[in-house]
Amino acid sequence: MIQIENLNKQFGAVTAVEDVSFNVEEGQICVLLGPSGCGKTTTLKMINRLITPTSGTIRINGRDTSELDSVTLKRSIGYVIQQVGLFPNMTVEENICVVPDLLGWDKSKSRKRAGELLEVVALDPAKFLKRYPCELSGGQQQRIGVARALAADPPVMLMDEPFGAIDPINREVIQDEFRRIQRLVNKTVLFVSHDIDEAVKMADCVALFHNGKIQQFGSSDDLLARPNSEFVANFMGGDRIMKRLRLLRAADVLSKIAPRQHMQIVGSSSGIAAHSHLIVKPGDDLRQVLSQLLGRGQDWALCNDCDGRFIGYVHQADILARLVQNITPAVH
Amino acid sequence: METLRFIQENGGLISLLLGQHLLIVAIAVGLAILTGVSVGVAISQHPRTRRWVLAFAAVLMTIPSAALFGLMIPVLSQIGYGIGVVPAVIALFLYAQLPIIRNTTTAISNIDPALREAAIGMGMSTGQRLRKVELPVAVPLIMAGVRMATVINIGIAAIAAYIGAGGLGSLIIRGIAQSDTRQLLAGAIVISVIAIAADYALYGLQRLLTPNGLNKNKLATGRMKEVTT
Amino acid sequence: MADSLNRFWQELQFYWGDISYLTVQHLQIVAVSGVLAIAIALPLGVWMSRPANQRYAMASMQVLNVGQAIPKLALLALAMSLIGVGSGAAIIGLFVATLLPVAVNTCEGLRAVPQHLVEAAEAMGMTPRETLWKVEIPNALNVIFAGIRTALAINVGTAPLAFLVGGGGLGELIFTGIDLNDFGMMLAGAVATALLAIAVDLGCGVIQHIAVSRGLRMAGRQ
Repeated sequence: MIQIENLNKQFGAVTAVEDVSFNVEEGQICVLLGPSGCGKTTTLKMINRLITPTSGTIRINGRDTSELDSVTLKRSIGYVIQQVGLFPNMTVEENICVVPDLLGWDKSKSRKRAGELLEVVALDPAKFLKRYPCELSGGQQQRIGVARALAADPPVMLMDEPFGAIDPINREVIQDEFRRIQRLVNKTVLFVSHDIDEAVKMADCVALFHNGKIQQFGSSDDLLARPNSEFVANFMGGDRIMKRLRLLRAADVLSKIAPRQHMQIVGSSSGIAAHSHLIVKPGDDLRQVLSQLLGRGQDWALCNDCDGRFIGYVHQADILARLVQNITPAVH
Repeated sequence: METLRFIQENGGLISLLLGQHLLIVAIAVGLAILTGVSVGVAISQHPRTRRWVLAFAAVLMTIPSAALFGLMIPVLSQIGYGIGVVPAVIALFLYAQLPIIRNTTTAISNIDPALREAAIGMGMSTGQRLRKVELPVAVPLIMAGVRMATVINIGIAAIAAYIGAGGLGSLIIRGIAQSDTRQLLAGAIVISVIAIAADYALYGLQRLLTPNGLNKNKLATGRMKEVTT
Repeated sequence: MADSLNRFWQELQFYWGDISYLTVQHLQIVAVSGVLAIAIALPLGVWMSRPANQRYAMASMQVLNVGQAIPKLALLALAMSLIGVGSGAAIIGLFVATLLPVAVNTCEGLRAVPQHLVEAAEAMGMTPRETLWKVEIPNALNVIFAGIRTALAINVGTAPLAFLVGGGGLGELIFTGIDLNDFGMMLAGAVATALLAIAVDLGCGVIQHIAVSRGLRMAGRQ
């Protein structure tokens, strides 16, 4: 969907981005990760030509973007920034409809779409359409920023540390919300972040930048389990193996082998040791599962599906085994 | 040019008039600082009073100076001070109020609340807090108000010549009355130069009084932002 | 007290013919100089605020700031020495006096618009002109209006002086009254001028209220 080939950017004598190449498939969230000043934001801004590349090619849907004029290109790409940038002089509705209006859409069509988009971002249109940005909380503003970026139905969305200004608790919430929204609208998203946890949580693929070059490109798991350099290993953190837990679900380590203390469990598990053993669902985050097991001093948990039917066991040993599966052993 | 020669020849007269002019401005601004800063400080703690006082001063400011003289003279004539220096100083004093009060109260109200809390937390009384923390930080903006008031006053003092207050306006009046371009221009030029010089001088003083850490308030124009509400 | 009020009222009626004629003259001078000044100062202010013109802007600002310090009477006198007695001199003098606050405030107001709003606008695909009209100007409108209001107040406030350079207007009543020591005439002129000034200011306030986005008004109150 998006193909970046040999992208370069120089500001005078300074090379900000050097020979960057990577591809993003349609409907994926690709996180551009890295420390400050590594070139990730510059790369992002070259995609919608806020910054002009010194050399290299950017293709969206097979088309070379340098063939398009700058303004048309920007109107066909959604853009979300950390400060949101909702225009204070416009209502929420007017803000969302900025690009459709620029493109000359029929007013009734765009207003209707504004209402629909508010529902997508979980805000009540009746309450919010006519409000002004100064009446909204930070989280609400950010959601509307996302709605605004989606208004003209662009195939691609660029996001520059969009959740950085939100407090940690609400940030988790809005990150989950955003993943939900993205699955719904199936947009291809490029997301700049310096937060590893955010990247691990959100990304389908990660490009880790360092000094203007891509150090490693792959899935979050690739970077966590198989870092290709000391820099990547260090950046992902001393606890990177543990971070893999967030990528795993109970369903990934389900086992039918009964633990020695607990034979012949069939049917509903209600009433059978329901009080003393942990019960998890297949979709549960393994990090939470492990944490709960350790907290209870237990080695295993029962796994029930959403109807309450028993489907297997989750063993602590299996979790640990899975964690070290397919990793490059650390040499430092 | 003729006018320059005129200025040279009549240096004595011009200095006298200049002295008169600056004297009434100085008295009016001096008094205005005393009352204006006090009022400004007093109302900065009470938002409602503040709005009324500022609105009143703003209305006062809207009245053209010529009109104010026209209103004051009949009234003051009752006590024998209809024309001359007294109504002039009173008018100048009144016109100096708004810039000074508004800038003082804005400067104090806009002080970072964190600063105020820190001062209270350290156990300062209101008086100490005002004197040691808030006023020093507010001084640059107050100076900007004083500067504005002075420049405005220099201008109005010129008009006051029409009610017998003397000053450089007299040259302009006589120039018009006698169709004498030299006097006219001499008056206009000298008074303009004085006004500009005063503006710069006070700006320099303002910069001098600005605590070093506050200089980021400077705009690209190189001047402190003046309050326009 | 009641007696002098009564007398004042009678004198007012006596001068009514003069007052209405002079008011029209006064308003003409104000309108012509004011509208002209605003029409030129607004684009000038916009021009000065553009990043490309940074250097010239600084120089222009210095000149404008210096100009603002010049006493209005001197301005009128200088205009008069250039083109002679009459309403022309008055209009030119008032024009210069009104120009400065509008240009300065327009420039500052536009510069004060948060940079991230301009970036967001550019990133969404607004051309520089669209950004100026849809984002920058609406968000600078409060400061721009403050400039216009100040400028018009200065204009209306200085207009009485037009009489002194042969431009007519309500100043005639005031200054002739002063010369003749005629309180009635003085007051007639003074009250009319003062009321006019207040009316113009209120009018500007109303226009400002209508023109500035509700969102900005609410934000300003927070």
